[in-house]
Amino acid sequence: MLHAHPLNHGTTYRDRKRYLWLFSLLVPCLALVGPALYVWHSPSLLWLWIAPVFSYVAIPLLDALMGEDLSNPPEDAVPALETDSYYRYITYALVPILWLSFIVNVAFVGSHDLPWHGVLAVVISAGGTCGFGLNLGHELGHKKSNLERWLAKITLSLGFYGHFFTEHNRGHHKDVATPADPASSRMGESIYRFMFREIPGGFFRAWDLEADRLERCGRSVWSLDNEILQPALISAVLYGTLLAIFGMTLLPFLLLTAFWGAYQLTSANYIEHYGLLRQQRADGRYEHCQPHHSWNSNHLFSNWALFHLQRHSDHHAHPTRRYQSLRDFPDLPRLPNGYFGMYLLAYLPPLWFAVMNPRLIRLVNGDTRRINFEPAKRARLIRQYHLEQQPAAGEVCA
Amino acid sequence: MMRGYQCPDCGYVYDEQRGEPHEGYAAGTLWADLPESFTCPDCAVREKADFIELSEQPS
Repeated sequence: MLHAHPLNHGTTYRDRKRYLWLFSLLVPCLALVGPALYVWHSPSLLWLWIAPVFSYVAIPLLDALMGEDLSNPPEDAVPALETDSYYRYITYALVPILWLSFIVNVAFVGSHDLPWHGVLAVVISAGGTCGFGLNLGHELGHKKSNLERWLAKITLSLGFYGHFFTEHNRGHHKDVATPADPASSRMGESIYRFMFREIPGGFFRAWDLEADRLERCGRSVWSLDNEILQPALISAVLYGTLLAIFGMTLLPFLLLTAFWGAYQLTSANYIEHYGLLRQQRADGRYEHCQPHHSWNSNHLFSNWALFHLQRHSDHHAHPTRRYQSLRDFPDLPRLPNGYFGMYLLAYLPPLWFAVMNPRLIRLVNGDTRRINFEPAKRARLIRQYHLEQQPAAGEVCA
Repeated sequence: MMRGYQCPDCGYVYDEQRGEPHEGYAAGTLWADLPESFTCPDCAVREKADFIELSEQPS
């Protein structure tokens, strides 16, 4: 059988999603379609909205209509799936696509006189390209090979966000779903409050981790060994070159685009662990991250477009598993739509709270000890949802 | 004798002979000399206390 992976008991497994992962290449390409149609077909501003409308209208609708995929690859097919280089090549192929898309969009804005809403469409499209870059950098940055780790840094540098490479693996994964993690959102915390904790908190945690590592290595933090400075230098050369070609007037556009890219990551972090809390053990260490410490989404289309990022529960429990092998589990915290739909909900905090707070409470059976509360909102939320007051983590019973 | 210690989640092996130079632990650094905060360099979700000593030196 074509592209079949052998199983232990003599049969074979055929991955039905094998070619569907190509959506992870095709969807980011939409950011190229708008400027291309504007230049070669007709100068209509509507073309520029193709990528934003597809991401924030079409994908949530497709997720709602197509539903979820609860299937898992059989465990004995996983070693062959993990070593099948086809899946890796798709991730490699996206690196030049994202770079091309980013540069084309910048060049388009730099060479056309657009009204503010035309520029806004390109900011969202090119910022979305940086967001897809963060997703790709995330997948590649978890891998052990030098090639994949460097491709991660090169991709993350598009949005001037190379510190994510350090912050995510050694910071977020270690502290996830604890009050110490700036990249895990708390119950009652709106995304607009979260971003002021997550964006600077993630950067400084990454810098501290890298400074510690370099000190152990006996090297200066201000050296090319610094894995935050490496991608930052690539970003500086890229942005500097674009500004030299198209002029300093492009700077606000570049800053807004990089911000929108970073905000896609902030949005993902916001929805991925909302309110979930790992328990602290008697020795002070937190329990290991389990699948129920992340909100999962099995929605078909958005998973195909995001390299399975949304199967986040398995990813956090086993971070080195490749995207094609990630599994669903029974009784996981489940998001009602894919990430793009959930982002829209998160941007409207009263709606987010109305949908997610009851879900969170049902998930933990109303046990306040299993909720990561925004401290300022804790008492109010307990009253609002008639929760039984339990001592907060760290509080001593009288 | 140099020993190996394995991450129970991802299978990474800390081999005392090789150390983990990228993390600042030179070749020959004994397991006992690693700080308690040592975290698996590959998956980052298991710490020193979770690692399992391998009965024989890894090849």
